Amino acid sequence: MSVRRLADDNVQPQSFAFNEANSAWAAETIKKYPAGRQQSAVIPLLMRAQEQDGWVTRAAIEKIADMLEMPYIRVLEVATFYTQFQIKPVGTRAHVQVCGTTPCMLRGAEDLIAVCKKKIHHDPLHTNESGTLSWEEVECQGACVNAPMVVIFKDTYEDLTPTQLEYIIDRFEAGKGGDVTPGPQIDRVYSAPAGAPVTLTSDTPAPKAAKPVEAVAPVAPAAEAPAAAAKADAKPSLDDPNRPAAVEKPATPDDLKMISGVGPVMETKLHDLGIYTFAQIAKWTEKEIAWVDGYLAFRGRIVRDDWIKQADALARGGEEEYVRVFGKKPR
Amino acid sequence: MLKDEDRIFTNLYGLKDKSLKGAMSRGHWDGTKQIIEKGRDWIIEEMKASGLRGRGGAGFPTGLKWSFMPKQSDGRPHYLVVNADESEPGTCKDRDIMRHDPHTLIEGCVIAGFAMGANTAYIYLRGEYMREREALQAAVDECYDAGLLGKNNKNGWDFDVYLHHGAGAYICGEETALLESLEGKKGQPRLKPPFPANMGLYGCPTTVNNVESIAVAPTILRRGASWFSSIGRANNVGTKLFMVSGHVNKPCTFEEAMGLSFREIIETHCGGIRGGWDNLLAVIPGGASCPVVKGEDMKDAIMDFDGMREVKSSFGTGGMIVMDKSTDIIKAIWRIAAFFKHESCGQCTPCREGTGWMMRVLERMVKGNAQKREIDMLFEVSKQIEGHTICALGDAAAWPIQGLIRNFRPEIEKRIDQYTANAMAHGAVLEAAE
Repeated sequence: MSVRRLADDNVQPQSFAFNEANSAWAAETIKKYPAGRQQSAVIPLLMRAQEQDGWVTRAAIEKIADMLEMPYIRVLEVATFYTQFQIKPVGTRAHVQVCGTTPCMLRGAEDLIAVCKKKIHHDPLHTNESGTLSWEEVECQGACVNAPMVVIFKDTYEDLTPTQLEYIIDRFEAGKGGDVTPGPQIDRVYSAPAGAPVTLTSDTPAPKAAKPVEAVAPVAPAAEAPAAAAKADAKPSLDDPNRPAAVEKPATPDDLKMISGVGPVMETKLHDLGIYTFAQIAKWTEKEIAWVDGYLAFRGRIVRDDWIKQADALARGGEEEYVRVFGKKPR
Repeated sequence: MLKDEDRIFTNLYGLKDKSLKGAMSRGHWDGTKQIIEKGRDWIIEEMKASGLRGRGGAGFPTGLKWSFMPKQSDGRPHYLVVNADESEPGTCKDRDIMRHDPHTLIEGCVIAGFAMGANTAYIYLRGEYMREREALQAAVDECYDAGLLGKNNKNGWDFDVYLHHGAGAYICGEETALLESLEGKKGQPRLKPPFPANMGLYGCPTTVNNVESIAVAPTILRRGASWFSSIGRANNVGTKLFMVSGHVNKPCTFEEAMGLSFREIIETHCGGIRGGWDNLLAVIPGGASCPVVKGEDMKDAIMDFDGMREVKSSFGTGGMIVMDKSTDIIKAIWRIAAFFKHESCGQCTPCREGTGWMMRVLERMVKGNAQKREIDMLFEVSKQIEGHTICALGDAAAWPIQGLIRNFRPEIEKRIDQYTANAMAHGAVLEAAE
């Protein structure tokens, strides 16, 4: 049980109002519950108020109590009971929530907390001098197989190293948190094992019909095998306008294999397309990525592995910059 | 290893199309209407025959739970509530179902709702799962658009699915606390009886089920109870989502048959223990509330309900926390004690006071700053908490500590000896025993 008190009066704003979109959303939300049971909407409404203002103010608590015809004390009770509600102001650009529970602790959450102490404030739930950043240690966030991890706003950043967390905090402080791709920060797909999935490697989904036992799905080779690439039907055309521009082979082409996700086979294919440098890849547009992905039958790996960010780092500062950005050596 | 065609969650990693169309191409939403036409009794009998035990941790037979709902409505509506408040440390399976395979859950809600005479389902997600909530809501919207949900839908059973969420309280995973929270109150568990099947949400008959239990139901009914019950050992059948976190080479979530040995699971899916099998110290087999098991007892133990009971622990949710020999085991359990102290709702005194007390004693034991007789006292106090609270959080807080003392008592004593010796070496005055 944790004892929580509302913020001091001198930081509490005078009033609270949902903006237009949120008001409409609130009216819809209240309708989800049976007539007379509008109290059920109290947690969703408080959460929306927090998303709108960054924290839950006394004014918001009172306003929501009025909206739901609840006594103020009942809403206050809810706001203080549930620890996800920030009842004091937190960092405006990022409030870093580090999971410190055992599964994350075993994989290095304490080092992440040390980073937060160093970069933000010695104590949790205190903002840094400019008021832009704050942090706290939270209990299990339900991403244990991707430990250690942090949550910033709605997104999780998983499989972190201290260096990567420093980078992420820096990006958010610069107001450029969107640059960081949420999810695992290493070479893995969501909760699948690092590298490639061991299960669900069959290409074709289980066919419908055939009850009670569904027909056996043919097992296709793993996604990266050349056979799968050759088999891919309806390859995009080489003359497609979305094909990225090719260059002549430079005297010293970059070692594209340094990008995680590119192996020797893939490198040869990229060479065939006239792709020789990191700078080329770093400049690909979304359409160009789609074309290359389709042409090489790579099923979205370019985006998942974030080739663009990798290539950008390598083009800017080679291995050194890559280590700074990703917290590990390129392979 | 389970064959891919025997997997229920065919898009666990989100590599395939998540949309309704994609889900249908993988065989979901197929013949839902025909299943419903077979009637309530058939569905409940089939679920009982399948041997599915609830996937939320307690392992209560799902079909039996459904059968507790009143057969005839007395005028009150019936509710299905799905417990997606997944907060147990080590557990993160429902997250992947909701963000990558949401249609399994929604179809399961329709069928389960029909089987218990409910026209409304509330899915209660933990507040932190915001992206998961968005993904699930998108899938629900798709179903409304396609006429699979709502009034006069294609399945022939009027059904509404609403998403609700909490705000960071582990206790709301307890079914009656969840209902309190869903009613807009603090999440403090209710005394039972009355049980939710008679007096649940808004005083109406309610069944609370885990996400995975509901999500596997449609596939079981499509492929037949005998298919499901043919996997695994008797009384421990079926496929299950497992999660492995901690000191393995590749932590991950995966679907596997029940009844494999721990060693086989780790070797097949997780690339082995970090530093090899000799480096294995201990495992918490089913989420943080399960007692810790020594490495040598765990290596060849069978991962299912009975197998874990044999090693004096519990299968829980199948979320294994693996610890190698670099781990400070006392500190690892102290952190779990800190978790339970933080998450106690404060309603019952043994839990409110006891969780904090146990955490503080363990905190001293991490340093070794304790008396050896305090080990027995800690064990005794944990027994005073266990079984003396309204809900199982008191038990859950006591078990990891009991497991620690049962399996690693020499480690605690060694730490105390070390601390004492060091204190003498540095010339500090030893405190009197009393």
